[in-house]
Amino acid sequence: MNKFLVALLATTALAGAAEAATVYPLDRATILTSSPFDFKVEFDGVVKPEDIKVTVNGQDYKTVFGKEAQFVAEEKGAKDKVLGSALVLRGLALATPGAYKVEVSAGPQTKSVTWDVYGTADKPKAKNVIFLIGDGLSVAHRTAARIMSKGMSEGKANGRLNMDDLDRMAFIGTSSTEAVATDSANTMSAYMTGHKTAVNALGVYADRTPDSFDDPKVETLAEALRRQTKKSVGIVTNSELQDATPAAVVAHTRKRADKAEITEMMLEVKPDVVLGGGSAYFLPKSTPGSKRKDEKDFVKSFRDAGYTLATDKAELVNAAGTNTGKVLGLFHTGNLDSTLDREFLKKGTVDKFPNQPGLVEMTQAALNQLSKNPDGFFLMVEAANIDKMSHPLDWDRAVIDTIEFDKAIGLARDFAAKNPDTLIVVTGDHTHGVSIIGTVDDSKAGPEMREKVGTYASAGFPNYVDSNGDGYPDSVDVSRRLFLNANNGPDHYETYRPKLDGPFVPAIQNEKKEYVANEAYKDVPGAVFVAGNIPRDGDSGVHAVDDVVLQSSGPGSEGFKGYMEQSDVYRLLADVMALGVKQTQ
Amino acid sequence: MSKMKTIIAPNRRQILGGLAATAAAAGSTGAWAATPSLTFEELYGKVSVLGLEFSAKVNALEGRAVAMRGFMAPPLKAEANFFVLTKIPMALCPFCSSDADWPDDIVVVYLGKKQTFVQPSTTIEVHGKLEAGSWTDPETGFVSLLRIRDAQYSVV
Repeated sequence: MNKFLVALLATTALAGAAEAATVYPLDRATILTSSPFDFKVEFDGVVKPEDIKVTVNGQDYKTVFGKEAQFVAEEKGAKDKVLGSALVLRGLALATPGAYKVEVSAGPQTKSVTWDVYGTADKPKAKNVIFLIGDGLSVAHRTAARIMSKGMSEGKANGRLNMDDLDRMAFIGTSSTEAVATDSANTMSAYMTGHKTAVNALGVYADRTPDSFDDPKVETLAEALRRQTKKSVGIVTNSELQDATPAAVVAHTRKRADKAEITEMMLEVKPDVVLGGGSAYFLPKSTPGSKRKDEKDFVKSFRDAGYTLATDKAELVNAAGTNTGKVLGLFHTGNLDSTLDREFLKKGTVDKFPNQPGLVEMTQAALNQLSKNPDGFFLMVEAANIDKMSHPLDWDRAVIDTIEFDKAIGLARDFAAKNPDTLIVVTGDHTHGVSIIGTVDDSKAGPEMREKVGTYASAGFPNYVDSNGDGYPDSVDVSRRLFLNANNGPDHYETYRPKLDGPFVPAIQNEKKEYVANEAYKDVPGAVFVAGNIPRDGDSGVHAVDDVVLQSSGPGSEGFKGYMEQSDVYRLLADVMALGVKQTQ
Repeated sequence: MSKMKTIIAPNRRQILGGLAATAAAAGSTGAWAATPSLTFEELYGKVSVLGLEFSAKVNALEGRAVAMRGFMAPPLKAEANFFVLTKIPMALCPFCSSDADWPDDIVVVYLGKKQTFVQPSTTIEVHGKLEAGSWTDPETGFVSLLRIRDAQYSVV
């Protein structure tokens, strides 16, 4: 090897080492003034504390932060592997807006990040905020919902969805801190904290240590509302209450699967209205149906904290008259059934939980309760099954749930019409790789189902009928139906038909942990084997990286325009509710 | 601990069970014909969001030999001496739920002796002693409500 090459290699290696430290919050983080967050520096390898230098805008960090960080000599990874030294400062808050350039060095390691600490308007623009999130809501879902619900003649929609008439819109980028792709935890956490994070993380930056509860925390919207306002907080979902989207309103963990602990975090924040599924994590482990690994009884804890409990549709209506103002609605041990199963087919787990309320009933109950607060409220409503039914490529269920989501948006719009000091935000957290490409027409000739697919002019229009005017097609199993198709997925059988016997299960796992096409659909007439195009350890369709559409109406909605990161959405919510200002005096 | 010991050291009944499994696999109805069968639909008498209740049949069969048909969920660990018996073939979805999110109606099967894995779409029949009540596996921390111990299974 010649000397030049050796020198070049040495220089390159040194340049790599010089950038080894990681600083949390990450570079370009946006931070609400006075909002608590954890500051952490991770050094590559073990360093001496006397070699560490941290400055903020050129000054010693202790002067600017007003506190000293704890030095951790050795952080340990799996099997006690030494990862390196760290500096940790919990619960830091910066009261003055501006750019904060944080420069860290230890020997040859250096790292510089700049944070944008922002203030808000002095006075709230809106008294109430209703944040409606269609989990996985993609453009194809809303187009299909419009066509299935309202119909189409000669190329023009015969009616409009409630979300079609919101005033302003933006395209939202949803990528994670470590990947171009995202999950519900990362995106909802960004919506609810203003900080982007990693897949699976909620209310924290994802650090290198294995403990899922020690990662650098950031404040959630519910916590900021409690700190600065007297507003009520409501959470409505048709998933488990511990699922990523509802959890992101209150929780801090690197691992969204920490559902037992997330239940505890929900109780700590005490949202005034909490409606959804996931009672299994509220029950002590000795109760059949529990998924806890301890004997904690959160039904009792919530009751002791003044909550009125509702376990079905009728009890939810009765709970509206509660004196304490706090309602806990638990309607399923797991996720609530999809609207198609609940209202029409009576499949899924509807036989076990026959009186589950839908998103519309839950949203109405929440609005009735929360609107009693003269200081206003923040309500998060999640249509979870749009995503939960899109993963297994069950497009009919996903679209019918999109129609239900739109009805909940209708309630929000009715409320805002009577209470114009209300901001409505409607968005998704990520998209799915789904598009409508035409129709499937059973009357078309040919033994193969693909011959019945109509594209371009041969697609015509589907023949869904809504004879009772409830906004849902009377049947999804019509002779000429929309053909939604996925651009990704595991090996599966395409049946070209709605799954009337229960939600679609495209693939199941074999002993090599590979997902193979579920043979239960192999003998459906006309079923075609579709080879998967994602790794074989993927069990279902995956989230798309495509932008999400956000729509909005009401005071402050003019801020939603053009392209925004999902973390920018929080900044607007904070501004609209003036969360930079103490309003509890 | 005594429960664990019974799994490790096969007793006379387990050896008989093993012989019976061979007979059943060969198409005989002999030794197991009298074993009461239990279906997934029969596990719980009451289902509510505040908890489930075991059915009268489960309570009556507790501690006795039962036969149950279902599907083998992929093993939690390669070396585990137990697997989860499910009503339908399992498809766990990481972003629909977590690995911890098994359906309510599962039965954990502790094998009397090691057997090979079968394909997940294959219906199997499990024979063994029914045990009800919350129990945490000391090795994996897996919490189960219903178990079949000293079990053997065969492809149906």
